[in-house]
Amino acid sequence: MIWLSWRQLRIQAAAAAVGVAAAAIVLAVTGPRIAGLTGNIFDQLTNTDRWLYSAGIVVLAVAPALLGAFLGAPLVARELEAGTHRLAWTQSVTRGRWLATKLGLALVTAAATMGVLALAVTWWADPLDAAQSDTRGSLPSRITPVAFDMRGIVPVAYGVFAVALGVAVGAVVRRSVAAMAITLAVYVFVTVAVPIWVRPHLIPPVRQTVALGNDTIDGITMHGDGPTPPVTVSAHTVDPADWVLSNTTLDPSGRAIDRLPSWFEQCIPPPPSPAADQQRQAAAARGSLDACLKRLSDEGYRQQLVYQPASRFWSLQWAETGVFAVASGLLAWFSFWWVRRRVT
Amino acid sequence: MSTVDTILSARGLGKRYRRRWALTDCTLDIPAGHVTGLVGPNGAGKTTLLNLAAGLLAPTTGTIEVCGGRPAAGPDQLAKVGYVAQDTPTYPGLSVRDHLELGARLNPRWDAALARNRIDRLGLDLSQKAGRLSGGQRAQLALTLGLAKRPELLLLDEPVASLDPLARREFLQGLMEAVAEHGFSVVLSSHLVADLERVCDHLLVLVDSRVRVTGQVDELLATHHRLTGPRRDPASLPAGQRVVSASSTDVQSTLVVRTDGPILDPAWAVGALSLEDVVLAYLSPAEVGRPTLEVAR
Repeated sequence: MIWLSWRQLRIQAAAAAVGVAAAAIVLAVTGPRIAGLTGNIFDQLTNTDRWLYSAGIVVLAVAPALLGAFLGAPLVARELEAGTHRLAWTQSVTRGRWLATKLGLALVTAAATMGVLALAVTWWADPLDAAQSDTRGSLPSRITPVAFDMRGIVPVAYGVFAVALGVAVGAVVRRSVAAMAITLAVYVFVTVAVPIWVRPHLIPPVRQTVALGNDTIDGITMHGDGPTPPVTVSAHTVDPADWVLSNTTLDPSGRAIDRLPSWFEQCIPPPPSPAADQQRQAAAARGSLDACLKRLSDEGYRQQLVYQPASRFWSLQWAETGVFAVASGLLAWFSFWWVRRRVT
Repeated sequence: MSTVDTILSARGLGKRYRRRWALTDCTLDIPAGHVTGLVGPNGAGKTTLLNLAAGLLAPTTGTIEVCGGRPAAGPDQLAKVGYVAQDTPTYPGLSVRDHLELGARLNPRWDAALARNRIDRLGLDLSQKAGRLSGGQRAQLALTLGLAKRPELLLLDEPVASLDPLARREFLQGLMEAVAEHGFSVVLSSHLVADLERVCDHLLVLVDSRVRVTGQVDELLATHHRLTGPRRDPASLPAGQRVVSASSTDVQSTLVVRTDGPILDPAWAVGALSLEDVVLAYLSPAEVGRPTLEVAR
């Protein structure tokens, strides 16, 4: 049965291997230069480096979806569609073993593909992830949603999940193309939904209330252009690499507010105009801004931060991998139940 | 219920797809050691019955046993039953050689020599992809897989339906040679009675999932007669003559009757029937108002 499964799978597996090899070679060629950089490495990144950083994210985001659609969805659906299940299921091999072999081989292929890709990208980006910097050269921290999905071990879980999903959908839908479309849609929904609704709560996030001041303020935002636009402030945590989930201002009674008191809007200096002497203007603005923030603090306004510390990267990786492993297990169990009991 | 002599036995067998019953309350026994033709109109449940026998379907009601066990109950049971499904499915992307390899790896009793000999004799190119074979070649490949599995029972679902007359003859000839050599039981469904007449020694007519008639082909031929004569009520026939079908004009009646004895009434012109005539007599709806189908049961 392994022979037949492999015979049916080898084209997709070869395509995956070629893609992985190409990605690994590109990363292996460009990686050592970044690893060798000293000082503030974010200032020394070339456009190619930045492009590769983004490309790594895109490849790792797309790869599980492709595996689910092209490896998972047709696995059972194509047999049911072409009627070849009637040939396969009347050999001297039970349906359960038939599915176990095919599914097992597909899952191993997916896990290997994603494992190698994730390892290569994690290795390539490691110097950037490890570097301490306030701005990180505008590159995201590895614990924040987009980068988190492309590091460590979760990509393997995504690949396995996508294939298990594709197989289950294919067994129910019985049409390859429809199963591919549904698998893609569901997978995209899951990858969008998990960072928003699931991942922040895998480990209870840290809540911290900080005083507003020059050392904690992250930015002041004016919403709109009117004469008195609403103004909000945001603060940052000690480690700029933390994943900040919410950033709200509390009034003296401890309630969250969505705009600061109106006196603050008058207090803060207007945005610098290009004509004036920039340096002098900035110094004056900073002085008056400090006074505004001090008054805000004195009146009892505080900033509440809810965040996942950057140090929880691996804990969150394992927790999310566990969630996807359980989901994949349930999908696989469902596929077995469906193929043995319901496909008739 | 099943004895050693029964290769396939169904009791109250029924299969429902969502709301439609494809087979209801089917009870039948198919004897071992025969090539049994399964005939019936479209929708009579032939394919459903064969899929149930192959274990591709699970019954909604009742039971079915093949080779003394529940279909597809395990690898041993699967090994006993060969199945050539409708439209003879093969993997289009796999070569003929791959298909033989598939058979060898998935079946403990695989007869590699038989498979290779058949493929050689058929002149199939081993490296040809199954998707590029003609319909007849593909059917032959599917039959080869079924035969080389060395089953006790080979089920074939309309295997020749899509073949041209020459390919049909070659296919059935190949099947007959294998039966003669290895002596396994065959259940073959077809709506082409002429094909069945050539290969079957046992016949089972299924109408509305009920067995309308079953028996040895030569016995069926010997006991069915066409009677033509002046118009008369079929109910006035002597006991022992069962009317299978009847049609009348104003002056003449034509009856198909089943009887073990001779036809003595000189008013009748007695004609012989081909197997096709017998089957058609059982399949054709009765004349208006005549309870002949009731009689036939």
